[in-house]
Amino acid sequence: MTTSTHLVYLIALPLVSAAILLLLGRIADKWGHILATLVSASAFAIGVSEFFAMKSRHGDARAATQTIFSWISVGSFKVDAALLLDQLSISFVLLITGVGTLIHIYSIAYMSHDRDRRRFFAYLNLFIAAMLLLVLGNSYLNLYVGWEGVGLASYLLIGFWNQKPAYATAAKKAFVANRVGDVGLSLAIMIAFAQFGTVTFAGVKAGAPHASSAALTAIGAMLLLAAAGKSAQFPLQSWLGDAMAGPTPVSALIHAATMVTAGVYLITRSNFIFDASSTARLLVVIVGAITLLFGAIVGTAKDDIKKALAASTMSQIGYMILATGLGPVGYAFAIMHLLTHGFFKAGMFLGAGSVMHGMDDEVNMRKYGGLAKFMPITTITFGLGYLAIIGVPPFAGFYSKDKIIETAFNAGGTKGILLGGAALLGAAITAFYMTRVVVLTFAGSKRWDEKAHPHESPVLMWLPMAILAIGSVASGFLLASGSAMVNWLAPVVNASGVEGGKELMKPIVVSLLALGVVVVGVAFAVIKYRTVPSVAPEDVSIFTKAARKDLYQDSLNEALLMRPGQKLTSGLVYTDDTLVDGAVRSVGFTLATVSGWVRKLQNGYVRTYALVMLIGLLALIATIWMVTL
Amino acid sequence: MDISNYLFLSAILFTIGAVGVVVRRNAIVVFMCIELMLNATNLAFVTFARINGNLDGQVASFFTMVVAACEVVVGLAIIVTMFRSRRSASVDDASLLKR
Repeated sequence: MTTSTHLVYLIALPLVSAAILLLLGRIADKWGHILATLVSASAFAIGVSEFFAMKSRHGDARAATQTIFSWISVGSFKVDAALLLDQLSISFVLLITGVGTLIHIYSIAYMSHDRDRRRFFAYLNLFIAAMLLLVLGNSYLNLYVGWEGVGLASYLLIGFWNQKPAYATAAKKAFVANRVGDVGLSLAIMIAFAQFGTVTFAGVKAGAPHASSAALTAIGAMLLLAAAGKSAQFPLQSWLGDAMAGPTPVSALIHAATMVTAGVYLITRSNFIFDASSTARLLVVIVGAITLLFGAIVGTAKDDIKKALAASTMSQIGYMILATGLGPVGYAFAIMHLLTHGFFKAGMFLGAGSVMHGMDDEVNMRKYGGLAKFMPITTITFGLGYLAIIGVPPFAGFYSKDKIIETAFNAGGTKGILLGGAALLGAAITAFYMTRVVVLTFAGSKRWDEKAHPHESPVLMWLPMAILAIGSVASGFLLASGSAMVNWLAPVVNASGVEGGKELMKPIVVSLLALGVVVVGVAFAVIKYRTVPSVAPEDVSIFTKAARKDLYQDSLNEALLMRPGQKLTSGLVYTDDTLVDGAVRSVGFTLATVSGWVRKLQNGYVRTYALVMLIGLLALIATIWMVTL
Repeated sequence: MDISNYLFLSAILFTIGAVGVVVRRNAIVVFMCIELMLNATNLAFVTFARINGNLDGQVASFFTMVVAACEVVVGLAIIVTMFRSRRSASVDDASLLKR
């Protein structure tokens, strides 16, 4: 362990900048976006310098820590606000600050007509700070603060245009779904503290081998619930599609590249828990496999370009979660796919934003068509991202996704075949729906209204897209060549050097298989979408209808959770009204009535009082007389 | 003459006084009725002193007279003030607490 003194600046810089922009208000309107972008860029610079400093160190000295202050000290419960920068966190730091800075630059142009641009940048910086705290915290409790922080930033940014009620509702939905996951995280922390007496990663890691398997499974399941909430995994995935209400740069940064991958980070960071509990691992792969197919299927039917990409994000994160559930060998591939996905998905989201920018914020792909001629740069950058996500060699997705499919097949037995088959099927559907997006948007004949004037976006917008496109091309090869990523992360996630399972098929066979299904998917989409009606056809198969409705997840949530919840609350309100309030009211009513009678005695006439006294006196004497008789 | 007749007289006087307090409205008359009741008790005290052959009852009646004298001073002053402020000596008019 190396002790560092300047990790805290990574978080402090964007946090202070967010505070400045929010507190100064309209005074900062003129330069707010510049400050925010510079701060994000300097955080990236710190990240890069830390990365090279880490590379120059070796062995255990690579990980750096910094204790900022003693946060909680109650009896035996001690938590420091401390940061840990190891091989895993630096990967995230570079992704968050790198992609984050590009998106800041993009947003300068994208949000230039918005009168609240300063507030937008303040939230973006707040997000960067919270996300960095999430990946840098050295204990679950520090992570939790960042975890909630990104949830808040996500809520604020989804509802950035909250003057539209639907957008405000979407923000609320995301927040509530995330809260469900957060309960899982807090329960996991509590169980961990009860078991190990500490919540630091190092402490829990040291204690994990001695803990009971039931406790580890419970922690693992709760962590998975947390991951499912944050990463939009089954069964908490329904918020991600609606989260596209936020401005497109937000969708690119938070709901594609960084925040939604926090669940993958959480599971990877807690590898010592999952390595020790095969039940928890099984749950993880089941959730991952279901979500990767779920997202892919939903993606095939969405006409809203951003929602199609959101479904794709869900599906790709499903791949990552699947990989994290495959044991020590899977973590590195999950993180590798996470990084490459960060590049190509953010790039494609920015591309979608660029298209919307040129098309007067139209999001319906059926109203696009033939845009390649008008937006050449967007088409190229989007196309490179497209090639990366469907996994065409030598683009990034090929390296990362093939590794996951391969590892899934090698998981052994029926489980391996099922998981590998699901991953392979997912790849085919991915190829289909991504081709559909590209064909509908950039190819074919124009279907837009006469008043739309598609045009290429300004340089501030296409430059980040171009850089991300380069990443989509090169990152996979760079991370995979010589198992660079696997070796880099090994000290954190696979210290004992576990090898992959027995190979079911040779890697080249898996790659060819994957490529084969991709070709089928692409060909199918190209044939199916030669002609596109500009209004979505109604006479579609039941599967398409289901996919358009997000496979009825919202209806299910409503029927299973929302309606019973409303019934319960209205029942409780009724009980409160009749039983509790009724009891209180009847006591008051009885007292009022009785005292109404008694009050009539008090007529204000002295004579009456005298008479009452007299009668009382006589009664008293009579009583005494009777008693003594 | 039987000495118990004094006691009967005392009871009759007391009853007349009590009834007067309850039924009359004029504060002065009520006041006089109270005096009547006090003196009825005085008569009872003195009679009991005579029956028992000691002076205790007579001493008690002296105290009652002293208290009655004081009460007359204070009570009359209140009645006069009431009459001045509201031009009426009716006890029924003095019911401010009720309103």
